[in-house]
Amino acid sequence: MAKPLTYLDYNATAPAKAGVADAIAMAVAQGGNPSSVHGSGRAARRLVEDCRAKLAMATGAKTSGIVFTSGGTEANRLALTASGRSRILACAVEHPAVTAHCLPENLLPVDTQGRLDLAALEAALADDGADTVVSLMLANNETGAIQPVAEAAAIAHAAGALLHCDAVQGLGKLPIDLSRLGADMLSVSAHKIGGPAGVGALILAQGITLTGTRAAGGQEQGRRPGTENLAGIAGFGAALDHLAAGLADLDRQAALRERLEHALAPDAIIFAQDTPRLANTVCVAMPGVTAETQVMAFDLAGFCVSAGAACSSGKVQASPVLLAMGVAPDLAATAIRVSFGQETTADEIDAFAAQWKLLCQRKRAA
Amino acid sequence: MSQVLDQPATSTTTPDLDFGFSKPRAETRIVVAMSGGVDSSVAAALVAAAGYETIGITLQLYDHGAAVERKGACCAGQDIHDARNVSDALGIPHYVLDYESKFRQSVMDDFADAYLRGETPIPCVRCNQTVKFRDLLATARDLGADALVTGHYVQRIEGAAGPELHAAVDPSRDQSYFLFATTPEQLDFLRFPLGGLPKTETRALAEHFGLPVAAKPDSQDICFVPNGSYAQVVEKLRPGAIEPGDIVDRNGTVLGQHKGIIHFTIGQRRGLNLGNTDGKGEPLYVVRLDAAAKQVIVGPRSALGRRYVHISELNWLGDAPLGTQPIRAAVKLRSTMAAIAATLTGDGQGGAHVVLDEPEYGLSPGQACVAYLDARVLGGGWITATADEPPA
Repeated sequence: MAKPLTYLDYNATAPAKAGVADAIAMAVAQGGNPSSVHGSGRAARRLVEDCRAKLAMATGAKTSGIVFTSGGTEANRLALTASGRSRILACAVEHPAVTAHCLPENLLPVDTQGRLDLAALEAALADDGADTVVSLMLANNETGAIQPVAEAAAIAHAAGALLHCDAVQGLGKLPIDLSRLGADMLSVSAHKIGGPAGVGALILAQGITLTGTRAAGGQEQGRRPGTENLAGIAGFGAALDHLAAGLADLDRQAALRERLEHALAPDAIIFAQDTPRLANTVCVAMPGVTAETQVMAFDLAGFCVSAGAACSSGKVQASPVLLAMGVAPDLAATAIRVSFGQETTADEIDAFAAQWKLLCQRKRAA
Repeated sequence: MSQVLDQPATSTTTPDLDFGFSKPRAETRIVVAMSGGVDSSVAAALVAAAGYETIGITLQLYDHGAAVERKGACCAGQDIHDARNVSDALGIPHYVLDYESKFRQSVMDDFADAYLRGETPIPCVRCNQTVKFRDLLATARDLGADALVTGHYVQRIEGAAGPELHAAVDPSRDQSYFLFATTPEQLDFLRFPLGGLPKTETRALAEHFGLPVAAKPDSQDICFVPNGSYAQVVEKLRPGAIEPGDIVDRNGTVLGQHKGIIHFTIGQRRGLNLGNTDGKGEPLYVVRLDAAAKQVIVGPRSALGRRYVHISELNWLGDAPLGTQPIRAAVKLRSTMAAIAATLTGDGQGGAHVVLDEPEYGLSPGQACVAYLDARVLGGGWITATADEPPA
C-alpha cells in the first residue's frame, strides 16, 4: 500500500540534514546546563556557542547579537514586541507570525508580484518614524518573491525607524549578510534548513537592544530567559554545516524550477513569476480545481505539497498573500505551493509535473 | 435484502462489502464521508476491511467555537478529531475540507429564512442535497474516486432500470426520508453500507473494529443548533428579523401576543399561553403562520386536517417520470410518521399535487413529502401549500 513519498514541501519544513539527528542525540546524551559553572555546564555551553558562531558566520552577524529562541515565531514576536518602538508597520504578505502583531491599518500594500510598495512605506513613515519598527520578510513563504529589504531598510533608517527582517524562508535559500541587508533584526528558524523544529534565533545588528525581556533568568544576555534548548541548538548547528553546500546548489534548483514551470505551461498560472524569486519555490494555480482538492489528490499519489496556510485542523483557507497581490479569490483558491531543495531530483520534478497534468486532464474530462 | 451485504453480520464476523466494480478492490478508490460519529466510522471500517482504497473526508461545516459561544477556538471540534483518530486506527488517509461558507450559504441561511417565512425547515435534507451530495461528491470525483460512501441508514439496490433508493432494513434507523432529494446521478455514485444493518449491529461492529468512537452517543440535535435552541441561531443569522405579533383565531380576533412566529410550528399547542382553549373547552393549536402579518393563527384540532398537499422541487427516482397520470403511493409528510396512502400527480412545473386518502394533521410547509412503493423511495418534494379542499 505504501507509496514512495516525493517531498515537495520544503518551505513547510525541510528534511533533516545528515548529522542532525546524531548531533541531537549526542547533546541529549551529554546533557548539562549551559549556565552551570562546572565542567558539564561548560561542555553544554560549548555546543551552544559553536552553533552561535556558525550562525553568525552564516549571516554576517556578531555572535553577541544572536538570541536563540524557540523558532521563527518567537523570534518575530521578540523583534516586534521588544524593540522599544510602539508602532509596527508590516508588509501585507508577511507570515501570520508577523501580521499577528500588526494593526490591520498598518499593513503596507504590495504590487501584483507581491513586492512591498516602497512609496507606501515612505509615506507611512512620514509622521513618526522614530517610534516605528518596520517588518519585511526576506522572501515570501508562499510565492518565493524576494523583497527589497535593503531599499526598505534605507527608507526606514532615513525616517529614524528600525527594520526587522523575517528571514525564515531566506536562510539557506539566499546568501544573507546582515549589514548588506541593512536589517536591524533578523529572524531565522532551524527546521527550514534541515535542523529540528523548535529552535531558531533573533539576530540583532550591532547597537540594537531589546527592552522588557529581563523578567526571569538571565540567559541569552537577559534577552531570552529560560534554559537553552541544548539538543535543538546542537541540531541547528549540525544543519548549518550544510548551508554552504545548499547555497552552491541554488543554480541547479533554479533550473528545476524553470523545468517544472515549463512542463506545466500552458494550463498553469504561476504567481510572482516576474520578480526575483527563491530558486526552490513555485506557487501555481490549476484553474477549476481547489487547492484543498489538489493537495489531497497529490497526497494520494505520493506527493507532498501544500496550499495556503494550514491551520491546526488541516483545513485550508484562501491565501491572504495572493489576495494582497490582487489575485481574484476564486483563482487564489486554486493555488498550491511546490517547494523543493538540495535533495530534490529532476526525476521527482518530472513525476510531479506528470501528476499535475493528469489531475488537470481529469478535471477537464469531468 | 441489501445487495451489498453478502452475509449476515454478527459481533465477531465482519460483513464483506462488494460494491460490484469490475476492477480489483485495491485499485477502486472509495471516499467515505466521516462525521466523527459511530455510523460513518463503521462505514469507513467496512470499506477498508473489504480491501478498497479508502479515503476518509470530514467536512468542517461551521465554526465550532462560535457555535458553542467560545472565543478563540480555532478550527476543529471534537468530531473532527474523532474522525481523524478513527482514520488513524484504520490506517486510511483522512482529510478535512473547509465547507463553512458553502454550509452557511446552502443550509444555515436557508434554515433561518425558512423559519422567518413561517415554515419548519429540515436542514439535514438541504445539507445532504447540497454540501454532501453536490459539493463533496464533486470533490470525490475530482480525486478520481469510484464511489462516495456515507453512514446513512438507507439501501441502494441495483434495479432493472438502474440504482434504486430503498429504506433501511431496520425501520427504526431508516433515514430515507432525509435522502429523498438524492438525484439519480448522485445515487449512481453513492454507496450506503449500513442500510442493511440494525443499529445494535453497528455498535457491535464498532467494538469489533476497535474504533475509538464505539461508545460515543448518537447525535440527536441539528448539528449547528446546540441544545435545540434554534431561535437563538436564527436570531444570530438574521439579527432583528424576529418580530413579535398577534395570536389570532381564524376570524382574525386577537387572542394574545407572541414573540415571533419562528417560535411556532403548525400543530403546536405549547407556548401559546392562551389557556389553550377557545372558551368552549376545546384545545387550540397553531393552524397557520402568516409571516407578512406577523400572525400566529390558532384553531381547534379539526382545523388542522389536510388532504391536499402541493410539493415543489420534485426529485423523482421512480422508473418512469411522474406525469399527469396519477399514481398510487404511500407518503411520509414528517420524518417520524408512518407512511399513509396517497395519489400523486405531476404539476408540469417541477412539482406535484398529492391527495391523501385520509386527512393528516399538523402538516407544515418546509417539511418534505416523500413517496414510497413499499420500501422503495419513489421521490419527493418540499411542502409549499396544504388545503382541506381540492385546489381550484
